[in-house]
Amino acid sequence: MTKKVYIGCGAGFSGDRFDASIPIVKEFKKITAPKYLMFEVLAERTLAIAQQFRIKNPEEGYSPFLDSYITPILDDCLENNIKIISNIGAANPLGAAKRILEIAKKQNIRPPKIGVVIGDDLLEYMSNDEILSSPTVEGLDFSNNKITAANVYLGAQPIADALEKNVDIVVVGRTVDSALALGPLLYEFKWKANELNLIGSGTICGHLLECGAQVTGAYFADPGFKDVPDLANVGFPIAEFSEDGSFVITKPEGTGGLVSKATVTEQLLYETHDPSSYLVPDVTADMTNLILEDDGINRILVKGGAGRKPPEKLKATICSDNGFMGEAEISYAGPNALARAKLAGNVINERVQTLGLQGQIRTEIIGAGSVHFSMDETPSYELTNDGDYRVRTSAIYPHKEQAQQMIDEVLSLYCCGPAAGGGARAYVTAQSSTASILVNRQLVDPNIKIRIL
Amino acid sequence: MKKINLPVHAIAHARAGDKGDVSNISLIAYLDNGWQLINSLATEEAVLNIFKHLGATKVDRYELPGLKALNFVIQNALGGGVNSSLRLDRHGKTLSSHLLNELVLPITENMIPINSPYLKKFKD
Repeated sequence: MTKKVYIGCGAGFSGDRFDASIPIVKEFKKITAPKYLMFEVLAERTLAIAQQFRIKNPEEGYSPFLDSYITPILDDCLENNIKIISNIGAANPLGAAKRILEIAKKQNIRPPKIGVVIGDDLLEYMSNDEILSSPTVEGLDFSNNKITAANVYLGAQPIADALEKNVDIVVVGRTVDSALALGPLLYEFKWKANELNLIGSGTICGHLLECGAQVTGAYFADPGFKDVPDLANVGFPIAEFSEDGSFVITKPEGTGGLVSKATVTEQLLYETHDPSSYLVPDVTADMTNLILEDDGINRILVKGGAGRKPPEKLKATICSDNGFMGEAEISYAGPNALARAKLAGNVINERVQTLGLQGQIRTEIIGAGSVHFSMDETPSYELTNDGDYRVRTSAIYPHKEQAQQMIDEVLSLYCCGPAAGGGARAYVTAQSSTASILVNRQLVDPNIKIRIL
Repeated sequence: MKKINLPVHAIAHARAGDKGDVSNISLIAYLDNGWQLINSLATEEAVLNIFKHLGATKVDRYELPGLKALNFVIQNALGGGVNSSLRLDRHGKTLSSHLLNELVLPITENMIPINSPYLKKFKD
């Protein structure tokens, strides 16, 4: 019998359902083959926030949701040899590992052996100037800003190296999401660096898993057109990876959701640009000749993944503070509501000008195509003048007080605006902007270290 | 066979993703003949026109015939991207629905999946 490796994904973003991994763990208890549970909980901007926490308290800076994800499944994973792989370390992977040990102690269970991957934090070995002089691939000019976080995307090899040390859990910081699956596959199948089609296929598998239920029927339902059974209990994905590079995407028994060619194809292209060149540190994966086959109910077999040599440089995300956003909303409903909402928007814009608030401002009308058009554009949908409309205004300013002034103008519509405005809400939030740069591997590689706790 | 101009929503589904100020939107046909139609008519130019008012400057189209899918990579469509956009939908996640609504194609009944409410349009 050929070797199979099972990988489940228990979270697809920071704040994803905390109990989603429980059915995966239940399913894995029936399986004796190698099995891994990944949690992808680190978005681009999450790291800048995590860095701030670490600066305030060196013990912190790991995912604020660590306890919620790890507590329900730690004991079962250790008992059943299910290895956990996660970027839950965020800005402080060592701190995350220590916290997991504390949870184990509290639960009175065996302390897990944890491998921690360090080396993604460029601020530890590059100066501000060195970072800023690196070529920018996307994003804003940062030359006048203080960098609050700079992290390079590591690949799957450090995860595989950590697994070689016979650990129960691997904690990483910034690492490409798909590597959370590719790492275990590299370790289990001992692929050589030139087996690029297999590494490409493992990357595609990781890409399909990394957003959790987005491959198993979530983010898919369009009632009457694309129906998904029992969405409220959607099962998170499990991949069964075979040594020939093919794999099946499925989900735990007794869960809701749907695994079909359509759900898999939507997720395959999610956040993909050129499908023949999906770039990660380990490989340039190629999806163009993929074949999807039905393999039973809620089982899709994926074949034909390929790969070429990896890109020369590594991508890093840098973050910087970017002022404050004010956001405020107020509703108008019933007869002539659209006209009143538009008048409210105009009043806000005029008042902001009168107050001399310099900055970009946007006014949109929720109910009138707000997410596709601004207030001044004519939407292609037919709108009734009577209805239920909500004006939303947002603007970014260098100072908090300016953002507060803008939202105060929206709140003042309670007394100074058109007739019958209600349900106003207003917020000011600190903004962090990001840019992507390219860095040389030779600079990063010597700084990648595996610590065992 | 009777053709009716309908939103591409009748014959395809879509999902939008974001990276910086770049949006990518997949367009996936339900059936083979629907794939042929989108492959010939869902051009870079047609898609650019749909997103121009949001600031889009360029569209690159990638084809995956084996999956009946197109992938559109749309530059500067996200008002600066998730960390600097003033829009309610900072990721542009709802832009897939905009494409499905705004791209109108001459569609025949046999391109539409069974049980689709769009089939009623051919009964009148």
